[in-house]
Amino acid sequence: MSLSNEEIRHIAKLARLHINEEEIEDYREKLGSILEYVEKLQELNTDDVPELQHAADVSNVLREDEIQGCESAVRKRAIDNFSNREGDLLKVQAVFEDRTE
Amino acid sequence: MDVSTMTIREAREKMEAGELTSEALVKSCLERIKADNDDLHIMLSVDEQALEQARKIDERRAAGESLGPLAGIPVALKDNLLVEGWEVTAAAQVLEGHISSYDATVVSRLKKAGAILIGRTNMDDAAMGSSTETSHYGPTKNPWDRTKVPGGSSGGSAAAVAAGFVPVALGSDTGGSVRQPASLCGVVGLKPTYGRVSRYGLIALASSLDQIGPLTRTVEDAATVLEVIEGRDEHDATSVELSNTTVPELLEKDLTGMTLGLPKEYFIEGMDPEVKKAVMEAVAELEHAGAKIVDVSLPHAEYALAAYYIIMPAEASSNLGRFDGLRYGYHSSGKDLQDTYSRSRGEGFGTEVKRRIMLGSYTLSAGYYDAYYRKALKVRSLIKKDFDEALKTVDAIVTPTSPSVAWGIGEKFNDPLTMYLSDIYTISANLATVPALSIPCGFSDGLPIGLQIMGKPFDEHTLLRIGAVYQQKTDWHTKTPA
Repeated sequence: MSLSNEEIRHIAKLARLHINEEEIEDYREKLGSILEYVEKLQELNTDDVPELQHAADVSNVLREDEIQGCESAVRKRAIDNFSNREGDLLKVQAVFEDRTE
Repeated sequence: MDVSTMTIREAREKMEAGELTSEALVKSCLERIKADNDDLHIMLSVDEQALEQARKIDERRAAGESLGPLAGIPVALKDNLLVEGWEVTAAAQVLEGHISSYDATVVSRLKKAGAILIGRTNMDDAAMGSSTETSHYGPTKNPWDRTKVPGGSSGGSAAAVAAGFVPVALGSDTGGSVRQPASLCGVVGLKPTYGRVSRYGLIALASSLDQIGPLTRTVEDAATVLEVIEGRDEHDATSVELSNTTVPELLEKDLTGMTLGLPKEYFIEGMDPEVKKAVMEAVAELEHAGAKIVDVSLPHAEYALAAYYIIMPAEASSNLGRFDGLRYGYHSSGKDLQDTYSRSRGEGFGTEVKRRIMLGSYTLSAGYYDAYYRKALKVRSLIKKDFDEALKTVDAIVTPTSPSVAWGIGEKFNDPLTMYLSDIYTISANLATVPALSIPCGFSDGLPIGLQIMGKPFDEHTLLRIGAVYQQKTDWHTKTPA
């Protein structure tokens, strides 16, 4: 199982990972050997086997949807970890380009 | 009095008898860390307030207050567990400088039980690795042989106990990350049943596999710590309300009436003959203690590693999506928002982490999801069914923890697949969600060997009872590195 350079670039884009052209060969080699190994699973016929979807034997654990707030020290620490801020707000680059067409 | 080899039980008894103070105990731990940490590189940081906390516990004890089961006991924490006000990095550059804004549930439970939190232990980068070599801060050395790895990813926590820095450390186990380093460092490591311990405040690797567990010198100590950290937590919807627990009557019984299974699929080529010999001697010891030994079969064992290396990277790539370079962690500005994301992530994540994000993104992507991820979830069902069937006929399953003893630093570093194979005996327990314990059972060329005991979901009691009986009859767990 080997991946093309184009596939490596596509996956990196999906994963929002900047990779350099010179790293592509290493990804091809290392990911290729892992994908080759996991091909092993295709030996098994699993047509009638259910997927294991829940590791815990519980699903749909519900609670009231209530605003609980948090202590001011916790809030302050969370805000202090922001990379860039204006007052208490997280400041980011524009999500949508300014297009008028 | 050598406190560096003291168990929780011994320390507690001495403190209750007035022969030892928590201050003296913590001071001794800090001195050992100071003397040897530069070389071993186990602790990433030490909390300056630990001594003050210890003095407070001593005062409360002197005043006759009723104290928790870990009162005055020093505990080290893997660097992926949140302690309010502490830096937490998961040994990853992407989180360097990040300060936790709240306590993990296990941390608040340790604090309530009176534990003294000593500091953060080294680990593989974002818990991805089996040797602690991928840490952004550099590798930890194995205290038994400083040219060898301590295992991973909780290598710092295992080495901290082995080196006599602390009597207990917490780690996290996604595919063996508590048990494999416990085995390579000659200490006890427990991975609880999925859902037994809350994962709230653990930096997630793979959410359907992760469990937090203790590393200790004795099985009895592991049981004591488990009792403190386990149980339902409203912040983790997968955590389970437990009816009974573990510690009482642990040490009273032999193994009469108990049946243990040896899975034939685990005892095959590739295993170090010295490991096999030590494990079979341990099995004979358990038989001598009254257990009946039978063969069992886990027919899909050989597919576990392949299923794991689809499921784990898939979940990891999703979990690590939160590292956007904006709300916390490493930030690198690009020409627009997308560019900032990909630069922050591309520069902030380490090589192995990026490899797994790429792998997970690929197997989850359109056109490949069915062939890889869905297939792996089906195989996971088959693996769980194997355990369910085998554990109908036996009380527990006994295997080696790791196919080899500790290897040289650098030896497997550039060959990910060979590195992954070192977890071949531990990952099934995570896929099958069952509890598993590793205990020291011998040495090969001066390096520790581990015995793994896996059991029924939520039946940690049986594993701990087997381990405790074994430790009453053997002294491997009392050996310490020169």
